[in-house]
Amino acid sequence: MRNKFGERVIETAIRFSGFAIIAFVILIFLFLLKDSLSLFRVYSFKRFILEQKWLPISEPPTFGIVPLITGSLLVTVGAIVICVPVGVATALYIAEIAPGYLKTILKSLIEVLASIPSVVLGFIGIIWLGPFVKNTFHLSTGMCGLTSVFLLAFMALPTIISISEDALVGVPRMYKEAAYGLGATHWQTLWRIVLPAASSGIMAAVMLGIGRVIGETMVVMMVTGNAPIMPKSILQPLRTLTATIAGEMGETVSGSDHYYALFAVGLILFIITFVLNFTAEVFLRKGRR
Amino acid sequence: MNRAKLRQNIAFTVLGLITLLVVVPILLVLYYVIRHGWNAITWEFLTAAPRNGMKEGGIYPAIVGTVLLITGTMAFSLPLGILSAIYLVEYARDTLFTRLIKLSVVNLSGIPSIVYGLFGFTLFVVFMRMGASILAGSLTLAIMSLPVIITATKEALEAVPMVYREISLSLGATRWQTVRSCVLPYAIPGILTGTVLSLSRAAGETAPILFTVAAFYLPRLPRSMFDQVMALPYHLYVISTQVPNVPEKFSFGTGLVLIALVCLMNLVSIILRAHFRKKKQW
Repeated sequence: MRNKFGERVIETAIRFSGFAIIAFVILIFLFLLKDSLSLFRVYSFKRFILEQKWLPISEPPTFGIVPLITGSLLVTVGAIVICVPVGVATALYIAEIAPGYLKTILKSLIEVLASIPSVVLGFIGIIWLGPFVKNTFHLSTGMCGLTSVFLLAFMALPTIISISEDALVGVPRMYKEAAYGLGATHWQTLWRIVLPAASSGIMAAVMLGIGRVIGETMVVMMVTGNAPIMPKSILQPLRTLTATIAGEMGETVSGSDHYYALFAVGLILFIITFVLNFTAEVFLRKGRR
Repeated sequence: MNRAKLRQNIAFTVLGLITLLVVVPILLVLYYVIRHGWNAITWEFLTAAPRNGMKEGGIYPAIVGTVLLITGTMAFSLPLGILSAIYLVEYARDTLFTRLIKLSVVNLSGIPSIVYGLFGFTLFVVFMRMGASILAGSLTLAIMSLPVIITATKEALEAVPMVYREISLSLGATRWQTVRSCVLPYAIPGILTGTVLSLSRAAGETAPILFTVAAFYLPRLPRSMFDQVMALPYHLYVISTQVPNVPEKFSFGTGLVLIALVCLMNLVSIILRAHFRKKKQW
């Protein structure tokens, strides 16, 4: 009898945990929404989305998210343009070309990269990459969009490589054998058969890579120069959504409009990543079929 | 040599070079941090509190803080993560509810760390009145590390052959008895690997702890779980951007200790995986 009771307790706990996972997502959304709505009661949503200036402490304050979104988009596009081709090429090399021992070494190195804390990379950006970018492009400061683009591309590589590699390895062997049977070389098979067959998995990798880059906080806060102005080029200092929250939260008064505006920025980030992850999941499902 | 073969050689060389382009910076970063950080690592650096505006002394409180945060994170995320994975694999049927859970896991894994920080701040620090504390920080990091633990546990459970469950159930065991004695023991290596991996990520995170626990400068050890603590990643951020004139080698040293800690945890997970794989019985 006691046994049965214990069993019921643990099974309830198991069911409860499943429920808790959903609850967390809903809680995160609701808490962000609750504080965002406090802003939109005094500051219209339309102005928040369309205003081109982010001046939270001037009188009266302006909370225009456009420069921040532009900043986030600029560095994200830059990073993705670099890391998608590089990441997919590396995944191809690891999955199809590298001999067994090299495969193990490369995969562990990618895991090491995945585990390097972002704050360490940010520090290296300040000490080494920033000055390097400054001298190479003859800029007035190395703390600009481009420096963070390089670092973000570097950080997104493990996500892109590992998911693309899974997709490439998951291509049915028959496809390849049929191509070889028709006299195709290894490379022709990879380029014409394996890569297209893995394309939905690779699209998922790209989506998750974008999510990784757009959500990264410490690196962009440390190396972009943090200027909340409308960026004209990637060579200028700029400010992203994430860095705005991280940089200004400590200075706001709890319950002020500025405080609520930061939650509204968080809500926007939450929605962007939700859409990205959902799309990635759809691509992954399509790939499995 | 015919053209197709030539083209293949060129393509493979290019792919190899690009891979090199990825690998070299990883090695450079490691080399750079180790070389410059090595000089900073002294007994005092590891065991003393920072002094004189963090320009002297060591990082002991930050090391202790990070270890406490990892422990707290594990205490919350491990049971919850494993139980919900058991639910998904062993109990759930393909219902809307199950699909919602799976979608939530996917979504949790994509939420930016700074948004976790915001959430932890409003829910734990403000709403539940925990204040900036080890408890609030651990809870925030725990929710953040759930998806990795769940995914790893799920994969480990799914890898256990169906026959094991069928035999156990056919002998009259209940579902929980089956899970406990015929499934979990074989899934433990996978679960441990995933857990350690997710904890090592949590150890290196800065954004979620910014407002929930991290102390700028607190040269004493915490007395309870309602105290703030210093943490290695935040400390590195502080001394490399917020405080002027901290010797560079202190930043490198802190970075080295942080990387060493994270890599040590990864190593443990690799060793665990290898150890259990040898004993695998199917």
